[in-house]
Parts: sequence; C-alpha cells; structure tokens
Amino acid sequence: MTDTQWETYEVFHQTRRGDAHIHVGCVHAPDPQMALHLARDQFARRLRCSSIWVVPTRELTASDYQDESFFSQATDKSYRDPKTFGAPDKLDPHAS
Amino acid sequence: MSVEATIEEKLAVFEARVSRGEKVEPGDWMPEDYRKNLIRMISQHAHSEIVGQLPEGKWIPYAPGFRRKLTLVAKVQDEAGHGQLLYRAAETLGKSREEMMDELLNGKAKYANVFNYPTPTWADVGVIGWLVDTAAVVNQTMLSQSSYGPYARAMKRICYEEAFHIKQGYDLVVSLTKGTPEQRTMAQESINRWWYPTLMMSGPPDTLSVHTNLALRWKIKTKSNEQVRQEFVDLIVPQIRALGLEVPDQECRFDEKTGHHHYTQPDWNELKRVVNGDGPCNAERLEVRRRAHEEGRWVREAMEVKGSTARVS
Repeated sequence: MTDTQWETYEVFHQTRRGDAHIHVGCVHAPDPQMALHLARDQFARRLRCSSIWVVPTRELTASDYQDESFFSQATDKSYRDPKTFGAPDKLDPHAS
Repeated sequence: MSVEATIEEKLAVFEARVSRGEKVEPGDWMPEDYRKNLIRMISQHAHSEIVGQLPEGKWIPYAPGFRRKLTLVAKVQDEAGHGQLLYRAAETLGKSREEMMDELLNGKAKYANVFNYPTPTWADVGVIGWLVDTAAVVNQTMLSQSSYGPYARAMKRICYEEAFHIKQGYDLVVSLTKGTPEQRTMAQESINRWWYPTLMMSGPPDTLSVHTNLALRWKIKTKSNEQVRQEFVDLIVPQIRALGLEVPDQECRFDEKTGHHHYTQPDWNELKRVVNGDGPCNAERLEVRRRAHEEGRWVREAMEVKGSTARVS
C-alpha cells in the first residue's frame, strides 16, 4: 500500500483582523500551499474567517505536560497579583 | 522522576488524573486498553461519518429546488469533513489512516448500523437529519466530555455543525407535514422505518455491551448506552407528536413516576446482524466506497508526486 500520509500542519484560525489566531486542528498536506487549501476547506467551511495560518507540526516545540515543575514558581510571586493589595479603591479626603 | 515508575504506579496516576477531569493528550502515558478502546471507537465513528454520506447523498440529484439541494450538498460535505477530523484524532493514537481505510474497505471495520438501511423516499433525508442526527448529537455531546483531548475537541466542532443538520431535517419534515396527505403519509412512513434503527444507534443495552465498563471507568464515555438512548427518546417523542405524527410504538408513553418515556426495546439481534455486515445495504455501501477509493487513486498519486517534489526542493 502506498503511504499517502504527508506530514501534518497545525491550523490556526482568525475570525476577524486584529483577533488572535486560535489553534483549531490539523491537516495532512504535501506542502504549505496545499495545507492552506485543505485547512480552508476543513476549518473555514462555515465560520467567519479573515486569516488562516498553517505550521508544520514538526516545527512546534512544546512544554511537557509531565514536567509540572516547568511552570512552578520558585518563590512567592503574589505581589504581582493586583488582588493581593489592600489599598481601598477610593479614599475619603475628609478622613484624617 | 529519577526511578522509572511501574505500570501500576503509572496507572494510578493516570486514573487519578482522569477522575479529576483532566484531559489525556497524545504524548501522555495511557493504559494499552485505553488506547485500543479509543482507536476502536474513534475509527468506527470516522467510518460512520464517511459511510453516512451515502444514504442521503443519493438524493442530491433529486432534491426539490436549489435551496434544498445546496443544503443537502453542504450537509454531506460536513459528514466528509467530520470523517477527516475523526481519522485525524484516531491517528494521534498511533493508527495510520491507510490501515483504517483498508479495514473499512475490506469489511473488517464496523460503523453505525443506521447507514445500512435504504432511503427510498425524499422524506428519509428529512428524518435522517432530524431523528438520526438528534440521536447522534445526544451521543456526541456526551463524547465532547471525553477524557481524550483530541476526541473531545473534535466532538465540540462536530456538534456545532450538526445543529444545522438537525434543523434542516426538521424543516424538511415540517414542510411535508404541511403538504398534501401523500406528503404527510410519506413523512410518517419514513419515521416508521427509522425509529428502531435510530434507537439501536446508541448501542446494545448495558447488560450486553462488552466495552461499556472500561469506557466509563476511564471516562472515554461519560454516560451508558441506556442513558444516551433514554435522553434521545425523551427529547424526540414530544417533537414527533407536536407535528401530529406518531411514534411507531404502541407502548411509548411518558411515565410520571420515572419522569421518562417508556419505550419498546429494539431487536438487538438485528443490530448485531447489521453491524456485522448483514444489513439491507451493507454490501452496496462498501461497493460505493471501494469504487470512490479506486476513482480517487489518481488524486492520491498526483499529490504524492507533488509531495515528493516539494520534499526534494
């Protein structure tokens, strides 16, 4: 049997200009142009779409789900969180 | 982890993750049976989408009017797209598309029973969209909660598109019920034909299902076949009756005590026969698929040449 499985391209879809491109899936294609056409047929069949990106899957470098320490923070970083500050939103100018 | 974990330890971590509601992704460790069950389910699901184009596709040239024709073409195109999404999800588990295609074409693979029944009238297009796709959406909404990430994500997209399939089918049946007595009869006869095959779609009763326990334990599925079927019956029976049509089951009634509709069980031997290749249209469906695969050979070859040139340059 001939192997017709070309490499995979990850597909990113943008609803309107200015929005973020969001990952929606994956297509097999022999080259990037073909990937773009297949991605359009598969993922822009109905939803509004202003742009599509295709990226060869092999070009992606991803963090490892198993390696939870990758995202753990060495020290307490709560001072970066606006909710951890106690100052009131409004001050009463007459209070002394 | 400095020391390699044992299978038991890995399984414990896996089950804890799944029971917390975490999604499993392709690169993660998973029990072999989890992988096997998913490959079986997703590839059968993909085959069902692909074969599912045929019963309705036959009506494209005869659709009454351009709007109905365009709608039907779009629906059948969606089914092809759903098949592609699902084959892709199954591939992430290590099975090649060639293998899956081969199993479908040589009759080894199973697919949904319901697509092996004939579609003798135009009303069948409406009833498939309305009844069969409602049953499919109940099942697929459940599957969009599946523990396997790629499957759950494909389901979300598919359910979104199926909403259109149901609506166009319902609209078609409504137009028949508002038409001549002959059209009304055509709608009723179609419901009579599809009722039991549609009930069978959710699978055998839980007592007869060999895969259910494992699938529930690992949240591949989140509801049993019986739960899914009951949900479908409770949803569709009031809709059928609201159109002045009949549910072809004298025993079908709402039970105040349980809050659900009681219904007659379909013939489970028939389901077994049809799924195992001996339904009214199994041979015809596979013949059409084989011919389509053969006729598409030049496209695959042309793309293969294009692919190898692209790789060289």
